[in-house]
Amino acid sequence: MFAYILRRLLATIPVLLIVAIFVFLLLRLTPGDPAAILAGDAATPAQLERIRDRLGLNDPLHVQFFTWFGQMLRGDLGTSLISNTDVVDMVAARLAPTINIAVMTIVISVLLAVPMGVVAAWRHRTWIDIAVMTFSVLGFSVPVFVIGYILIQIFAIELRWVPVQGYAAPTDGLGAFFSRAILPSLTLATIYVALIARMTRASMLEVLGEDYVRTARAKGVRENVVLFRHALRNAAVPILTIIGTGFALLISGVVVTESVFNIPGIGRLTVDAILARDYPVIQAMILLTAGIYVMVNLLVDVSYSFFDPRIRY
Amino acid sequence: MTQTRFTLPKAQGLGASLLAASVLLLPSVAPAQEDETTLTAVMHSGLRVLDPVITTAHITRNHGYMIYDVLTASDENFEPQPQMADWDVSDDGLTYTFTLRDGLTFHDGAPVTGADVVASLKRWGVKDSGGQFIFDVTESLEAPDDGTVVWTLTEPFAPLLEVISKQSAVPPFIMPARVAETSPDETITEYVGSGPFVFNEDEYEPGVSVTYEKFDDYVPRKEAPSWMAGGKVVNVDRVVWTTMPDNLTAMNALAAGEIDYLEQVQIDLMPILESAPGVVVEMRDPLGYVTIGRPNFLYPPFDDKLVRQAALAALGQEQMLATMQGDPEYYNVCGAIFGCATPLGDETGSEIVTAGPDPERSKELLEEAGYDGTPVVLMAPTDVVSLVNQPVVAAQALREGGFEVDLQSMDWQSVVQRRAQQAPVSEGGWNLFFTNWMVPEISDPLINVMVNGRGDDGWFGWPEDPEIEEMRAAFVAATSPEEQKEIAVQIQEHVMDNVNYFMMGEYLIPQARRDTMQNMIQSPVPVFWNITLDAE
Repeated sequence: MFAYILRRLLATIPVLLIVAIFVFLLLRLTPGDPAAILAGDAATPAQLERIRDRLGLNDPLHVQFFTWFGQMLRGDLGTSLISNTDVVDMVAARLAPTINIAVMTIVISVLLAVPMGVVAAWRHRTWIDIAVMTFSVLGFSVPVFVIGYILIQIFAIELRWVPVQGYAAPTDGLGAFFSRAILPSLTLATIYVALIARMTRASMLEVLGEDYVRTARAKGVRENVVLFRHALRNAAVPILTIIGTGFALLISGVVVTESVFNIPGIGRLTVDAILARDYPVIQAMILLTAGIYVMVNLLVDVSYSFFDPRIRY
Repeated sequence: MTQTRFTLPKAQGLGASLLAASVLLLPSVAPAQEDETTLTAVMHSGLRVLDPVITTAHITRNHGYMIYDVLTASDENFEPQPQMADWDVSDDGLTYTFTLRDGLTFHDGAPVTGADVVASLKRWGVKDSGGQFIFDVTESLEAPDDGTVVWTLTEPFAPLLEVISKQSAVPPFIMPARVAETSPDETITEYVGSGPFVFNEDEYEPGVSVTYEKFDDYVPRKEAPSWMAGGKVVNVDRVVWTTMPDNLTAMNALAAGEIDYLEQVQIDLMPILESAPGVVVEMRDPLGYVTIGRPNFLYPPFDDKLVRQAALAALGQEQMLATMQGDPEYYNVCGAIFGCATPLGDETGSEIVTAGPDPERSKELLEEAGYDGTPVVLMAPTDVVSLVNQPVVAAQALREGGFEVDLQSMDWQSVVQRRAQQAPVSEGGWNLFFTNWMVPEISDPLINVMVNGRGDDGWFGWPEDPEIEEMRAAFVAATSPEEQKEIAVQIQEHVMDNVNYFMMGEYLIPQARRDTMQNMIQSPVPVFWNITLDAE
């Protein structure tokens, strides 16, 4: 197992290297000029040219690449071309809200979706099953901003239970944190509850027809034990995969939800950086996202063996 | 709001954040004092650039007015008034002597000296188009002692005080000399001013939030505030600017009392606020904005004056403004290139564009010009709300007027990059784009970049227009407001005939505030002095 993890970790190096080169070249081929954003609308072409010189944007492509790559190897992701602040600091400040909301979303989603999926499969083709599937279709189909605005209207404006917007760190008080994080987490959770419940149901339906489930029932094992210990554990692999992918998606940025609830997270940072062609920030964000996907996939693969002892590395 | 607000966190580092992926992160935060008065404002854009000289971005200029002071400032009658200094002009108009008032102190405790003023003006003069004009005729700019600055010219420059008092795009903010010595093409890295607020660097998050604290040692002038002039008396302890990318969220936050002020209200969402208790929707900026189209003079078809006139005839201000704003209360059909409510504003010759589209006239002019059907490449940004509608309306109007139009959608960044290309259309060039300006940014021939006729050295579109340059030189040499106005009218007539750009009218953007926030002054720039904030 250790050798497998080490092998997988080493394999991330070429992946990140290829991503780095690809992103660098793609950004330079995309139209746009950070100097123009920096200087504003009234700048003349001559002024823009001088700013480009200062920012190193007129250097040959290979010089720009090796400068950036050399910095990156030293753990320095550079400085924002627009705000002149350290990219590592910028990303770190935005990562905390995103991770906190993502964790809360996944926890809510798993707590709701897995029992829903199990019960739907257990009561296959009954009203419970139909209700869970209907919710799933709705969860997929209704745009996330619509759900967000509806929740804001009900809980923040009509009932005034929670604030409309904003983010508070847990150090500001858990009450402040939860009151601001609950609506965005619930909004995002509607999609993931739908996704995970559907996957759990499908996977459980497959497993519930297996001989060992019939045997367990024949032996008089209690139904909840059959469902959650025997069946769910064997149905876990695809469910874990979908949870892992969902978590990676959440961390790599949920722009619309961050905008609707005014959360200063990774998604908004990435979009703002792209619109301003802030190359160092975009490069850092894509590398980070790639790294997160690689790590989450690794964690999901490793966790398979805990649920299914037949899987060995 | 008279309550503690939660400040945004600064995480301790990327590595720590990643390691904490499975737990709630606990970054350290210093909360504001309980009894402090904090005003929370949602501004039109996030603050990302802190150097008010390197950029013309409005949010950075607004930031400049928070932490820096200016030598002289324009009042609501566009008249220069003393701010940091009084002045004296020699009889021959060649020597301006500025005397700094007592009590001027930078936020680091150092007194403001003439040397700081000289360094700041020199840096500004390299970047600002009006400043460049003055430095073209500057013999010397010196500080003979700590409290005096002497500006000596080689020839009279009558609008000098107006130029250094302007509020847009780049006012000459006064910084410590060590900061102002930074190259004008590099951003400054130290943010020390002598203005009424102190920038809180620890709580600054680019594009998200910026906090200002009252500068206790600031000595305001005695006069009543008027636009950017007069006494800047601060009555709140802290001002927090926060960015909300979604206007509906900002409106909901204002209605719920979570913020005190919203700089720009989206017109179509106004009914939400108008029915919200405790919220006031109003106009702060009586001048508003203009929207304009800029043709490329280098290539067909707009290298031909008749074709430009045809385009102007095809376009109609009313249609464009109505599509942008909807409610006629928030737009103004106006043909004055220097703005309808400014001292130099005049609508002579503008009937062609104010009277509404005249496609038949456009077709006649195109026929006279021998237009061969060369498509007009019209760049249409899709990601800036205030610029989305103009190209679409213009494309249809131009087609009806006999033009072939190639409407190309792209993001604003692609527009700003492509509009700088002087290549032919077939090699990545362009023919037409639209943009907006605040009225004070186009209100006279020295500030308005679209009436620059210096070809390649001018603004995008690059008209080579010696006639207009002569008129601008005459404007500089004019010795009375009447003479200046006369020349401004000549420039107006010339621009309407030569079609240096398409003046497409004025529009207004309302603001909203809680009724507990009072005494905000009327001004094109939202300023936070003079404001009082009552407890809810």
